[in-house]
Amino acid sequence: MLLNSLPLSGCGVIDHVNERTPHDPVARRLGELGFVPGEAVRVVAFGPLGHDPMAVEIGFTRFALRRSEAERIVLRGSKENPQASSEGLSYEVAGQE
Amino acid sequence: MTDAAPLRVALVGNPNCGKTTLFNQLTGSRQKVANYAGVTVERKTGQLVTPAGRQVVVVDLPGAYSLTATSPDEAVTRDVCRGGYKGEPAPDLLVCVVAATNLRLHLRFLLELRQLGRPMLVVLNMMDALHQQGLRVDVPRLQAELGMPVVTTIGTRRGGAADLLAALDRPLPAPAIQTAPAPDAQEDLHAQVRHLLALCVTRERPGAKKLESIIDHWVLHPVWGMIILFVLLFVMFQAVFSWAQPFMDMLEAGMTQLGELVGAALPEGLLRGLVVDGVIAGAGTVIVFLPQILILFLWILALEESGYLPRAAFMLDRLMAVAGLSGRSFIPLLSSFACAVPGIMSTRTIQNPRDRLVTILIAPLMTCSARLPVYALLIGAFVPARRLMGVFNLQGLVLFGLYALAILSALIVARVLKRGDSEEHPLLLELPDYRVPSLRSLGLELWQRARIFLSRVGTIIVSLSIILWALSSFPAPPPGATGPAIDWSLAGRIGHLMLPIFQPIGFNWQICVALIPGLAAREVAVSALGTVYSITGAETDTAQSLVPLLSSQWSLATALSLLAWYVYAPQCFSTLAVIRRETGTWRVVLITAAYLFGLAYAAAWLTYHITRFVTG
Repeated sequence: MLLNSLPLSGCGVIDHVNERTPHDPVARRLGELGFVPGEAVRVVAFGPLGHDPMAVEIGFTRFALRRSEAERIVLRGSKENPQASSEGLSYEVAGQE
Repeated sequence: MTDAAPLRVALVGNPNCGKTTLFNQLTGSRQKVANYAGVTVERKTGQLVTPAGRQVVVVDLPGAYSLTATSPDEAVTRDVCRGGYKGEPAPDLLVCVVAATNLRLHLRFLLELRQLGRPMLVVLNMMDALHQQGLRVDVPRLQAELGMPVVTTIGTRRGGAADLLAALDRPLPAPAIQTAPAPDAQEDLHAQVRHLLALCVTRERPGAKKLESIIDHWVLHPVWGMIILFVLLFVMFQAVFSWAQPFMDMLEAGMTQLGELVGAALPEGLLRGLVVDGVIAGAGTVIVFLPQILILFLWILALEESGYLPRAAFMLDRLMAVAGLSGRSFIPLLSSFACAVPGIMSTRTIQNPRDRLVTILIAPLMTCSARLPVYALLIGAFVPARRLMGVFNLQGLVLFGLYALAILSALIVARVLKRGDSEEHPLLLELPDYRVPSLRSLGLELWQRARIFLSRVGTIIVSLSIILWALSSFPAPPPGATGPAIDWSLAGRIGHLMLPIFQPIGFNWQICVALIPGLAAREVAVSALGTVYSITGAETDTAQSLVPLLSSQWSLATALSLLAWYVYAPQCFSTLAVIRRETGTWRVVLITAAYLFGLAYAAAWLTYHITRFVTG
């Protein structure tokens, strides 16, 4: 499952980030912004036109990503689970990953 | 402890870690804003004296997410931290600012910096917000784990940086342990961050629902978000007109009185003409617009500080994509409404080179504050101050329309320039936490803007007004000549020479004369008109009578044509100079000037002829 296929308020845990090209700068920057395996993400909002871009919460940070950027992020085989949104993002849980 | 040489400290950290607020808190008004050698990345330095009397020079480095730079901004930070920046010695101490509320992201950069092996001090900022989140950081533990001193601050509170000041008095910490980056450095750093968080951060109580969730629910909403954005921008432009009015009236009355006072004190003759018609009339017409310009800057700065601007970029990203740009271009373009120069400079945060070039090319189309005096004068003279449907100020509405026209044109120009481009445009924009803008920070920035504006009035505008006065006064008409004196002067002759080019778009020779000094600074066109007309007419010797004068002398078609001209005209040397510096080539400057001139002429021609056709 890819990050860009999550619905609004949908959650997931990152499995890995795909490189589109060798040394893909976008993939590298995603890693530096904290999109690394094991982190929980949640979709906060969609842009007004064509659901693009999307606002994604990771930890206490929110990022605006284009759908094509979110497409690089592969999630672990999880289902959307809105209840886990606030708990799954706290420091403690992520720290135990 | 007093050292002979001041301690050189660099503030470094992620964007949105509160670095600049902390910098303002530390250095107050003892700041200097310049550029780094060779690039137009803003270099902010300031001075402070620690409680023990140590002299410290602080550099506020541009925010960065990583030492692997993706923009010129981040490249400067990387080079200064590594100590490799041209002609700039490495700082004695790196003060790494991390937001306590966003440790996961900010600690990663901190660990990357630690690998440089320089003396470092860690500042945990925004401690107040951390408490609201119900989290607690074990500072001694963090200090032990990091192997470097950690102090806590609240950048937005008076005295909130006391711990940092005290730490600067202590001897320099030993250089951080330099560790060779592991093969999989990226994941390794994140693993270390998680380890640190697990050890040092504990939850004391469940955090309140984040403010951001509540606000973003509305602000990023597909419908409400657009309405909020539109209302904010609309109110901003209405405010520029209505809030500023009382202050402008005061300034105007003040300048008139000054003119009369000086006029009465000086003997009739050349000197009085120079001072009253040249200096006071020239400076006065422009100084009146200071309140409007400051209100515009106040709005843009407040939107920027509050954290709203990236949200606006989020909302507009797709719209910008229609023009072939990304939401990232929105922030430079909005700054260009204040002035294209900082706007063009802030395009350096756009990673894609072609996006950046197109943003630079269309930035001059954004209606900068220097155009406001011209718009305000013409709207004031030709648009009745009526209320529409009881609420809208008709003059404000016309102003809004001029801004909208410029934006629409910019989008079309960008679309044309970007055709056939199928590259990826990264957005990857952080949506920072909302913050109540610090009044102190806003005040400092506004004060700087006011100073820049006033020094422009004092230097460029006054000297141009004097030159123009001289050109319009000499040579004097021969004895017994008929007609106004200015017809005989150099300026009159230049104006008449330019007339064949500009007559088709409805300009008279007085406008032609005013266009020349307007090249140095757009707003000078207003004072130039003031000077030209105050010399032409006998009874109108001060600037404030320009409004009734223009509305009686110009046709509506001429006024609208000049407004249309000003929407596009590339009349600003500073903008062209900064484009040259940013792009490193004259070709782009020529292209910009040529296409803007072409558009201006075409738009003015159409406006003139259509208005004449409609009004008969």
